[in-house]
Amino acid sequence: MISLSVNGKTVRVPEGTRLLDAIRGAGFDVTTLCDHPALEPWGGCRLCLVDVTRKEWDGWCKMVVSCMFPAEDGLVVLTDTERVQRTRRVVADLLLARCPDTPLVQKVAARLGVERTSYAPNPEPTDCILCALCTRVCDHIGVSAIASVNRGAGREIAPPFHDAPPDCIGCLACAEICPTSCIPYETSDGSRTIWGKTFEMLRCTRCGRAHVTKEEARHFAARTGVPESYFDLCDACKREDMAKQFTRLSEGARTSP
Amino acid sequence: MRIEGKAAFEEAVRKAREEAASRRLEVLVCCGTGCLANGSQKVAEALAAEADRRGLSASVGLFTKKTGCHGFCERGPLVVIQPSGTLYTRVKPENAGEILDKAVSGDGAVTRLLYRDPATKKPVEKYDEVPFYKNQTRVAMRNIGKVDPADIRDALAHGAYRGLVRALFDLSPEEVIAEVEKAGLRGRGGAGFPTARKWKAARKAPGEPKFVLCNGDEGDPGAFKDRSIMEGDPHSVLEGMVIGAYAVGAHEGYIYVRDEYPLAVVHLTLAMEQARRWGLLGKNILGSGFDFDIRISRGGGAFVCGESSALMRSIEGKTGEPRQKYVHATDKGLFDCPTVLNNVETWADVGAILDRGGEWFASMGTAKSKGTKAFSLVGKVKNTGLIELPMGTTLRHIIYDIGGGILGDRPFKAVQTGGPSGGCVPEALLDLPVDYEKLTEAGSMMGSGGMIVMDDRTCMVDVARYFLGFLIEESCGKCTPCREGLKQMKVLFDDLVAGRGRPGDIERIERLAEGMQLGSLCELGKSAPNPVLSTLRYFRHEYEAHIERKACPAGICRDLTAYEIVAEACNGCGACAKACPADAITGEKKALHVIHQGKCISCGACFTVCPSDAIRFFPKAERPEAASGGLP
Repeated sequence: MISLSVNGKTVRVPEGTRLLDAIRGAGFDVTTLCDHPALEPWGGCRLCLVDVTRKEWDGWCKMVVSCMFPAEDGLVVLTDTERVQRTRRVVADLLLARCPDTPLVQKVAARLGVERTSYAPNPEPTDCILCALCTRVCDHIGVSAIASVNRGAGREIAPPFHDAPPDCIGCLACAEICPTSCIPYETSDGSRTIWGKTFEMLRCTRCGRAHVTKEEARHFAARTGVPESYFDLCDACKREDMAKQFTRLSEGARTSP
Repeated sequence: MRIEGKAAFEEAVRKAREEAASRRLEVLVCCGTGCLANGSQKVAEALAAEADRRGLSASVGLFTKKTGCHGFCERGPLVVIQPSGTLYTRVKPENAGEILDKAVSGDGAVTRLLYRDPATKKPVEKYDEVPFYKNQTRVAMRNIGKVDPADIRDALAHGAYRGLVRALFDLSPEEVIAEVEKAGLRGRGGAGFPTARKWKAARKAPGEPKFVLCNGDEGDPGAFKDRSIMEGDPHSVLEGMVIGAYAVGAHEGYIYVRDEYPLAVVHLTLAMEQARRWGLLGKNILGSGFDFDIRISRGGGAFVCGESSALMRSIEGKTGEPRQKYVHATDKGLFDCPTVLNNVETWADVGAILDRGGEWFASMGTAKSKGTKAFSLVGKVKNTGLIELPMGTTLRHIIYDIGGGILGDRPFKAVQTGGPSGGCVPEALLDLPVDYEKLTEAGSMMGSGGMIVMDDRTCMVDVARYFLGFLIEESCGKCTPCREGLKQMKVLFDDLVAGRGRPGDIERIERLAEGMQLGSLCELGKSAPNPVLSTLRYFRHEYEAHIERKACPAGICRDLTAYEIVAEACNGCGACAKACPADAITGEKKALHVIHQGKCISCGACFTVCPSDAIRFFPKAERPEAASGGLP
């Protein structure tokens, strides 16, 4: 265990803890947009900036993103110094200029003290904050069907060449993780369309619900080693089976001598 | 051909020298990218063909040689005759005959093709008497222009790999690091991190394998020193890397070269093949038992890939984007292994340091910045080109003595150093000794050695806006402050140059700049506001003029500037009318010309060409009736 100070409060955390978790553990709030517990930290949105210093640094402070900085023994963390607030406000202000109509961005900006952007609002408003959660989750599950394309101001999230992505398995992980829900998809009876690609769905052999795309079943069967028949039943029916099994077991336990 | 051991190396060098000495007369043709663009390939071919036709190699031992960049790009194509040292400038293929005549007879030179001192108008015959060369001290570029980059024997004859032999056979890895430490060598990519400290950290770092990398992604506008080193003396880079690998205990290395440098890739590849054949690279180097090999990784030309973590990701085959690192690359770099990344020029210095000793290197330069530094001198200066000087040389010496002063003898305004991460240094600081600390104190930085000289016809707001435009294209867009900040900064600057600046804009710019400096992920974003902040620091009045008076003091911003002809000064030569791209100037020969404001696009071409200073510019806002075409 190591011990550090967050806004004057001493906290003890296991070595290897990242600063963000140590700060939240100490009971302080830090706004983030590109962080997700299931994914490696990325450090792109820059909202979780904090000042860190050490006694021996003689008053010198370093600004770091707490989502990626490792908690260190003896570190002094200041989450709300004047310059941290100023910098976060610039970041929020810039995001609000990019996404002036996006409720989440409006909420986050307001929380940091920015009600209206002081910059030129995006002439083509978008809900995409380029947090890359979608591409990161897609990489994480081993598909990498979408990526960020172009550099700088022209950066966007897209499938290769803006065509229907050949590698996409239609799992919707990207759309579901998107904090501003800006990845559109459609489901109709037995099919699903996302990124311009339409998928045929497998139906649950019991309830008949279309619950998974063929590609998804194949991908996860190959990746995890479960047989494809694992996807014969939908999650709800599997849960039902499981519940029945537990009931049987517990009843058996009660009746046995 | 493979050299095993120290004695065999000495023998190989002796043979190479003998062979070089047999070339009693050498005609060195600069075939760096600059001269090639000016047609030096044809010049080299013409000289070689003519020498062949005359049988000069057999009769007088005359050989022609294609070398790397001589540096004096402004005057290319360049040809140097050795041993006389005669320098010919702006040579054309048809000059081959007369050049060879004079070279063989040894009697004078083709005066027409010699460099002329702009002050005295007298021809200067010898290479080392030309002020551009006379005032330089070359270490990293010691052999460029002298050796044939495609021939390892020529490199050996000129002292290549001597430092490596000393390192491998006479010194332990720790002693090699100590030698580099003694030299006080700091990173030539611009950040100036002590090289020995980096090596020490990588040596100590646990983990295998270790990597040694060379950053050849030089991407600053106007910078080309690394290209010239890789093209002109690739062995100096290889030698430095082998020494570095030996010092840190690495066996694999990469040279990351941007794809816009095809000749550098060709010469490096050739040099690596030759070095392997000669036992200077690969398994069991020089029979010492030390293995190290290098691969070339070609970058796609993204500026951000010059950033250490983005460069490493690019080599790994991933998107070339920076990664937030709170761990040094010397601990976790390429493929998360201990890695040393140095700039091309740094590597080129290493061989010379090991050969001549750290003390020799440290005897040049200033207290904290030792040795020499290469610069690409460009912009409104008479002698543009590639130069190398001891650290601590003043800007004035560089611009006026080596650069020959400002083009057209116009007033000097500022010099931009450090590329898009650097800043502009004003006239008041011309006597600033150039080293890492002094440039940083002045609000600029060493950067990769680009030096862009600007005259009074430069609008500093426009300069800052130019660099913003460059960075918008080159930012990777991963983090918010850099991506969105640059976009918004550009909007503010577009307004300034178009006369839409509002009170408070300077403060808005400063606030955004601070947010980008503190908030951005990598050095690209953190340093992106530098051109803005340094111009604000020294030329705030120009910003104020743009905002308050809607005037561009330099007369560059077109939306704010109008031109007129001063009747008393115009001699009716017609040069302005000829230069005008918009047909906005009319007038009879030898009579007063007039600019038709309605047609004028404020490009300033007339101003530049007028021989009698009869063109005057004025802010449109001050005389709207004149600027709008109310007057002729």
